[in-house]
Formats: sequence, C-alpha cells, structure tokens
Amino acid sequence: MHRMRAAAAALALGTLAATAACGGGSAGGGQASNEAPKTLTYWASNQGPDIEADKEILTPELKKFEQQTGIKVELEVVPWADLLNRILAATTSGQGPDVLNIGNTWSTSLQATGALLPWDAATFDKIGGRDRFVDSALATAGAEGQDPAAVPLYSMAYALYYHKKAFADAGIEKPPATWDELVAAGKKLSTGGKWGLGVEGSNLSNNIHQVFVLAKQHGADFFDASGKPTFTSDGAVAAVKQYIDLMATDKIVAPGNAEYAQNQSLQDFAKGNTAMILWQTAATTLTSHGMKPDEWGVAPVPVPAGTPGTGQNVNSMVAGINMAVFKNTDNLDGALQFVKFMTGDEEQKTLNKTYGSIPPVKTAQQDEAFNGPDLAVLRDTLATSAAPLPRVPEESQFETAVGTAVKELFADAAQGREITTDLVKERLTKAQQQMPTK
Amino acid sequence: MSSAPTAPPRSFLWARGVFLTLLTGFVLVPVYVMVSSSLKPLQDVSGRFSWLPSGLTVSPYFDIWDTVPLARYFVNSLVVAGAATVLSVIVAVFAAYAVSRYRFPGKQVFTVTVLSTQMFPGILFLLPLFLIYVNIGNATGIALYGSRGGLILTYLTFSLPFSIWMLIGYFASIPRALDEAAAVDGCGPVATLFRIVIPAAIPGIVAVAVYAFMTAWGEVLFASIMTNDTTRTLSVGLQGYATQNDVYWNQVMAASLTISVPVVAGFLLLQRYLVAGLTAGAVK
Amino acid sequence: MGIATEDRALPGRRTAAPGRAGGPHRAPSSRRTLLRRAGLPYLLLLPAVLLELLVHLVPMLIGILASFKELTQFYIRNWSAAPWRGLENYRVSVDLNAPVGKDLLNSFFVTCVLSVLAVGMCWLIGTAAAIFMQEGFRGRGLLRAIFLTPYALPVYAAVITWAFMFQRDHGMVNHVIVDQLGLTDERPFWLLGDNSFIALAVVAVWKTWPFAFLIVMAALQNIPKELYEAAAIDGAGIRQQIRRITMPALYPINRVLVLVLFLWTFNDFNTPYILFGDSAPAPANLISIHIYQSSFVTWNFGTGSAMSVLLLLFLLVVTAGYLLATLRGRKTADV
Repeated sequence: MHRMRAAAAALALGTLAATAACGGGSAGGGQASNEAPKTLTYWASNQGPDIEADKEILTPELKKFEQQTGIKVELEVVPWADLLNRILAATTSGQGPDVLNIGNTWSTSLQATGALLPWDAATFDKIGGRDRFVDSALATAGAEGQDPAAVPLYSMAYALYYHKKAFADAGIEKPPATWDELVAAGKKLSTGGKWGLGVEGSNLSNNIHQVFVLAKQHGADFFDASGKPTFTSDGAVAAVKQYIDLMATDKIVAPGNAEYAQNQSLQDFAKGNTAMILWQTAATTLTSHGMKPDEWGVAPVPVPAGTPGTGQNVNSMVAGINMAVFKNTDNLDGALQFVKFMTGDEEQKTLNKTYGSIPPVKTAQQDEAFNGPDLAVLRDTLATSAAPLPRVPEESQFETAVGTAVKELFADAAQGREITTDLVKERLTKAQQQMPTK
Repeated sequence: MSSAPTAPPRSFLWARGVFLTLLTGFVLVPVYVMVSSSLKPLQDVSGRFSWLPSGLTVSPYFDIWDTVPLARYFVNSLVVAGAATVLSVIVAVFAAYAVSRYRFPGKQVFTVTVLSTQMFPGILFLLPLFLIYVNIGNATGIALYGSRGGLILTYLTFSLPFSIWMLIGYFASIPRALDEAAAVDGCGPVATLFRIVIPAAIPGIVAVAVYAFMTAWGEVLFASIMTNDTTRTLSVGLQGYATQNDVYWNQVMAASLTISVPVVAGFLLLQRYLVAGLTAGAVK
Repeated sequence: MGIATEDRALPGRRTAAPGRAGGPHRAPSSRRTLLRRAGLPYLLLLPAVLLELLVHLVPMLIGILASFKELTQFYIRNWSAAPWRGLENYRVSVDLNAPVGKDLLNSFFVTCVLSVLAVGMCWLIGTAAAIFMQEGFRGRGLLRAIFLTPYALPVYAAVITWAFMFQRDHGMVNHVIVDQLGLTDERPFWLLGDNSFIALAVVAVWKTWPFAFLIVMAALQNIPKELYEAAAIDGAGIRQQIRRITMPALYPINRVLVLVLFLWTFNDFNTPYILFGDSAPAPANLISIHIYQSSFVTWNFGTGSAMSVLLLLFLLVVTAGYLLATLRGRKTADV
C-alpha cells in the first residue's frame, strides 16, 4: 500500500513532467552511473551463439578494462528482438545506457533522434583518431556529410558459401562468379530433394541486404541523392524480380524458404540439403551445426559480369555492429575511454576472432588471424566491393516496407503464383507509398 | 439431470463421446508435441516432424538453464505475478465492497470507467506509461522503469477491471442480512468486510486471484519494454532460445514445459475454487 | 462454500455497543462519524482509482494528446517540442485512397472477422463441452483438467508450440495433412499467405475456449436440478431441455462472456506477435500488430496513437451498442 501511495503522490509530478519536458535528460543517463561516476552501463548486442555465451566472452574483457581504468562496466546483453525497442525507449525517456551497440544500418535512423553523441574530430581524437577505422565501415555510422553517430566495432560482409562435396558431385569445378553461373550451377544442384541455393524469405533485413546489392548491380538505388525513395525505378524492380526469380523461375530455391526467418537456411546448408547460401560471416554458426571448416568453401557473392568492385560490381552491403555513446551519459570521459578500449587493437583482435567478424580497425585487420581463406574473402569484399545501405533517417521504415514486399513476393512465388514485372512494381509502389512523406 | 428419471438417450451419449474425444485430441496434440519435442535431440526437432522421437534425450532440460538465465526469469515472473495478484485482489476487494454495499455519488461513473479500461489497446498507452514511470523516477527516485515494481503496478491494474466486476457480482450474492447482523453486533464496515464478506467470498477471491496471476504471467508487450536483464520475466526471456545461430526448439519446448508445470498444476488444484467462485460471482 | 461460512459468522459477536445499534436513530453521532461514513466508500475506492489513473487513464490521455502530434524519430526525444499536426494523423489513418488507410481498413476488417469467428467458436465449443460434462461420468474430473490446460499454459509457451507445428517443411500440421493423410501434394504454408488467418484463428480458439468452458460450467451449476426433473416429467427430451432451460438460464452470463471474449480477441497482441513476429502477413494482420508496426517499427507514434484512438472509439461504440441491445427487456442497472 505504501508503494502505491507513494507512486500516486508522484503521479501528479510525473504527469506534469511528462507533458512538459519529456526526456530532457538533465537528471542523468545510465541508471548505474547515477550512484557512482566510476561505472558505465553497456548494452551489448547478441553476437555469439546465445546471450549467456556473449556474457562469458565479454566479461573477462570488461574486467581488463576495469583493471586498467578503475571503471566498472555493467553489462547487459540485449537480445536482437528487444534491442531497437529498448533503444527507442531509452531515447524517448533519456534513461539509457552510457555505451551501446547498434546494428550499423540503424545508425542514420538513430542519429536523427539526436540521442547519440556525434563523433566530431575532437571526440575522435580521444579514441585515437578517425583514421584508425576502415572508410567503408565508418561510412555506415551516420548520414553523409554529418559527424558519425557511432564508430564501427565489428565488420561483416556477405559471401557465397558453398558445399565442396555437392559441387564435386555435380561436377562443378569452381564457385560461380556471375549470376548466370550461379543459376546454372544451382540448376545442376537442385535434384533429388536437394536445392541449389538457400534464402531467408521472411527475414526482412536479409531481404533488404540482398536486393540492395542486386539493385546496385542494376545501377539503381532505393533512395535518390536528396533522400527521396525511388523504389519503383526499373533497376530496383529488376533487382527484386531477379532475387525472387531464383525461386520463381530458376527454381533453385526451395519454396519452403519463403517462411524462413530464423536462419533455417543455415541449418539446411549444414545438413547438406542446399548447396549454396549468401551469408555474412556464417563460419561460427556452421561449425555449431556440426560442419567442419574444410567442408565448405567461401567465394565472393556473384556479380553480373567481371570481378567484384565498385559501382555495378558491388557485391555486398557493409554489414556490422557500431558502437555509440548515449548523449545523456553523465560519464562521458569514461564512456570514451571504454570505446577507445573496445576499438583498441588488442580487443579488436580478440573479439573479432571470437565472433568470426572482421575488425573495422585498420591496424587490427592486418593480424594473421584475419587472413585465412574464409576471412580473406570477407576482408577483400569489405575493402573493395561493399557499399553501405542507404544512409537516410527512414532506413528502418525502408527495411520494413521493402523487406515486407520481398517477403510477400516470395510467399506468392512459393505458392506458384506467377511473378511478373508488373506485380513486383505494384508491390514496390505500395511499399514506397508507405514511406513517410516529407 | 443425473437424477432424471430417464437415462440420456443413446444418441446423446454417442454425440458426447465423439465430441469430447475430438476436443481432447485438439487440446492435447500441442501438449504432446511440446513434451515429445522437448525430449528430442536438436537435429530431430529442426528436421522433419515425427510423432515418435528417434532418440530420447533429457539434455534439453539441463541446457535450458545455461542458454538463458531461466532461473532468474522464473523468479522474476513469480515475484511480479505473485505481487501483482495479491495487490490486485486487495484493491479489487476494497473497490468491489464499496460498490456493492454503498450508494454514493460517482459510483456509476467509477464502474463504467473502470470497466471501459478493459478495452484500451495496450499499444496506445505503452509509451506514455513508460514516460510517466521514468518521470516519476526522475522526480522522486522511485525506480519504476526497469524495476519489478513498475511491472507489478502495471499488471495489477490490468487485471483490476475484470476482478472488480467479478467481485461486485460475488459480493452482491452474499446476503445483506449477514452484514446487518454484523452491524448489530457492533462491527464497523471494515470489520464487516474482513469478518463477514471476505470469508464468505473466498471462492470468488480465488477465482479473481487466478485470473490476475494468469494475466501477469503471460504478458509480453509491456514486459519487453519495461524490463532489463535483471528484471526480465519469462514471457520475454523465453525468446532468448531463438538466438543468432539457431532456434533451439527442443530447449524452447523443455523450458516452456518446465515453467508451465507449476502454473498448470496450481491452476488445476485451484480450479474447484475457480468454478465455485465463478458460479456465484460472474453468474450472479 | 458461502453457506458454510455464513453459520460461522453469525454467533459469537458480542453485542457491545447497544446504543449504536440500529439504523434509524444514530443519536449522538457527531458530524465526524457522518463524514467518515460518507467518505468510507471513496476511501475504499481510492487505491483502485489511483491505479487506474496512473496506469490506464493518464497514459491514455497522453496517448490521445500524442495522436495530434508529429511524433517521428526526429521528435521522440522531446515530446513537448514535437510539432502539432492537428487532425493530420487521423486523416492519414482513414484516407482510404492511400495505402496506410487501406491497410488499416484491411487489418480492421481482418480483426473483426477473426474476433467474431473466434468468439463464436470459443463460445460454441465451450458451451457444448460444458453441457456435455454437466452430468457426471467416469473421468470427468480428468477431462476437465485437460480442457483447462490451454488456458493455464503461459501464452508464449502455447503459441510458440503452435508456430513450431505450423512450419511448412518440418511442422506437425503438414506432416499429418501431406505425409500421413495425403490430402494435398503441395505442402501448404500456414504462417504465410491466406492460410495464416486460419492458423491465427485456430490458435486463438485453442487458447481461449477453455475460458468460455470454465464460465459456462460455473453458470450451469446455478441452474436448479429440479427444473430439469420437472421438464423430464413433462416429457421434454434433452434437446428441448437444453433449449428451454439451459439456454435461457445462460443468457445473462453469455451476454458478458461474449463481450469479454470479443474484447480480448480484438485487442490481443501476444498471439499474432509470437506467431508471426513483427510483420504479420496481410490476411492475419490484426489491428494491434498493425498499430505496433506503425508506431514501433516505423517510429511514427503520432499516427500509431491516432489509430489506437480510432480503435478505442470503435470499441466503445460497439460495447455500448451491444450492452444496450442486449439490455432490452432486462432492467439490470449494473453492467
């Protein structure tokens, strides 16, 4: 009862505050940092096999940081399903962590809220300078022409993973380098209940990543230079149709993949039911499914013709995780020290090795560990032929709208409906109309 | 009907048999799937469905505790749902007593308003409520956001409308003569409530408590925003078995079963009360 | 139960203050006691009122306020600075020529159909089961326990199991339909396309019908046995007994039960969210998911709030209309 009275008494105050000055944030940032300045709250994303594994991986590193600086880091690993909502809630209320991981494609959306600390030159200097980071990775950290809202922490890129044995059995000598070759190989491989390629048809983000690259290869973009959506350009329509056609007309993707959203295509691959997947840093997952590293090969994602590069030969988005500082932090120095620690060479090597990703820090990237056959492909892709997703504040709406359109088209294809250019255009038109008008 | 002079006709028995058998199947199939999948190795559950497991394993029941901090989530859920239930019952009893035993201006407004909150879409006030909690926290230092306290307050209010409505009905069914007798004996209104009305209303109160508990136990939306790692409840925490790599279906099922068993058992133990409570309360 | 405590309560109360006993002449009662008497009901209501204010009413008012604002990601950090949009959010929500309005209408329609269907099925199955189990038979207790299990299961556990069973390639449902019964050659999707509506309806019914069963079962116990006996003597068959005695007796409880079931199904968020995740397929895009998507996934809380307010208005109208319509002929003032 006491609690209720107290809460009720506070209600009057709270209501006033809620309508008058929501999330002004002067009252302070992280819950932990209120009590003692020598602590930080850190929201990590789920990078390892599960949440508990992430805690086991990160805790010793955070201990190291505490020994070096005397700052204790309160770690919370936030599941992906909750992360964006939690950040949203933190943004709305000003009650959040001091340092947090964000999916790099969210950077521009979150930057627009103004909740994240902008990284100007002076701030960068405190963590060793902007030059430490690979350009393509840094490009994901915010809108063009603005100070980045975050710094890159782990980088990933898409590659083609293929089953060596399946390829050998089908008499395919080398991994496909162009889409025509991929389709041809896929047709050879799709026999006897096995399939050439696996996709995640109901995973909106994955759909976006794939059609984004294909659009680039068709010389199209989903947003024009002024940030207006251009989902219905011929190139974009052709890109989406090409992706769906892998199931609809080429028939090298199993119809059941239309409902995949939880990495089932990796399972199929590990079991040998599909021969190829287009994935970012799949090695750890494949191993956890019981595959041995010499059973699969890694090759660059196909391009229309020639070799991967820039322009129409882009073959991956720049995937990865960025690290941001919450503007409301009341331990800014500590937060920057922590970012410096996490982006330092030593931590970069340790953590990226553990997670199977590529360090976005130039000096750390030179380490031998990232030079194995798998990672070399990813590293070269990042360095030469990856482009960041559209850096517009409406990125998350774009993922939802276009990702859903692709998902629905896969569902249609899986159920035997004919996928025409008009249908694709119609769906993309609808997606575009759902975007906020400015 | 059991004492009816004529036995039920054959066709009735037949229809009853068929209907109840089908219904039992409908109810039990998912339960069976849950149990059998929880005993399968991971390759089995992520492959094609089979009624009988190819190999039995109990390891999911051990793994569930390591994949996510299930024990902590379980305790959180128990604390949150338990406290919300107790408080909700207390608040509802007071309110229902006032409405069922007194005439006062505003009574109708109260009843209608409280009942109409039953139709508020949660989405509408999720973020505002969150903001209010944060601001209360900033203004008074009472941490409602991210704490179990905030969740308890929220859930106890969620179950209030239905609980109050049910108890009004139940209290109304307790003869006024009892109250009057108590008054003659010198009991004040509060004493009457505790000595007469509540003891007579135990079944109704149990029914309300069960309802409040179930409401708090299963809620997902508010819990996903209002909790953090230390205060996360089961309904949100269970999603942790779908990880970056894989959905551990066997662990999902094992964890679901593990957390369901005590609740279902408690529910079934209390169901007699529940029926009795509803009989007099909801049915008037 | 009630009867037993009745006896216990009566004796043993001392007649301590004989002067204060009766109602009519509370002789020296000071103003204070009078005031306390009048204040007592309010005091008893106070906790409930405060909680309702804190958790339901004030947030709802803020939500209504938000529906007139432009609350996109550019402004959520500071709600008070967000520009007013007047009725723009509402205009967008109900503009049936644009996709937002069309989608809202679609999901509104889907929700209505699902609610009516699910409530009807829940009521039908629940009532039938309760009537069939009105009379004792061997195993009735066990059966009752089994039937209540879906209601007692935590929502997440129940729905995720169904999602598991509805998988196209590996699910139990298709295993039965395609592999075992051979009803179709193609494995149908259940979580995509048109079938997703069926999947959602099945789960909703599975999860909720036990509640109808429970309530109707309780209500049946209130019907005096003598009524049936008298009817049987008059030669009424079972069907007639059900029609002439059971159904009329169930009327008052059905009236509330149907409403409660309707509101629950209509506002249900957990089931579709666990079944389909953030983006439900159009045929199963319930309004709660739709609004969630509009506000949380695309970060437009103004429009999301406007949609919620419209939804609330609709439910208020439906409820009021329903109560008025069913109240006719019955003079019960209380809801």
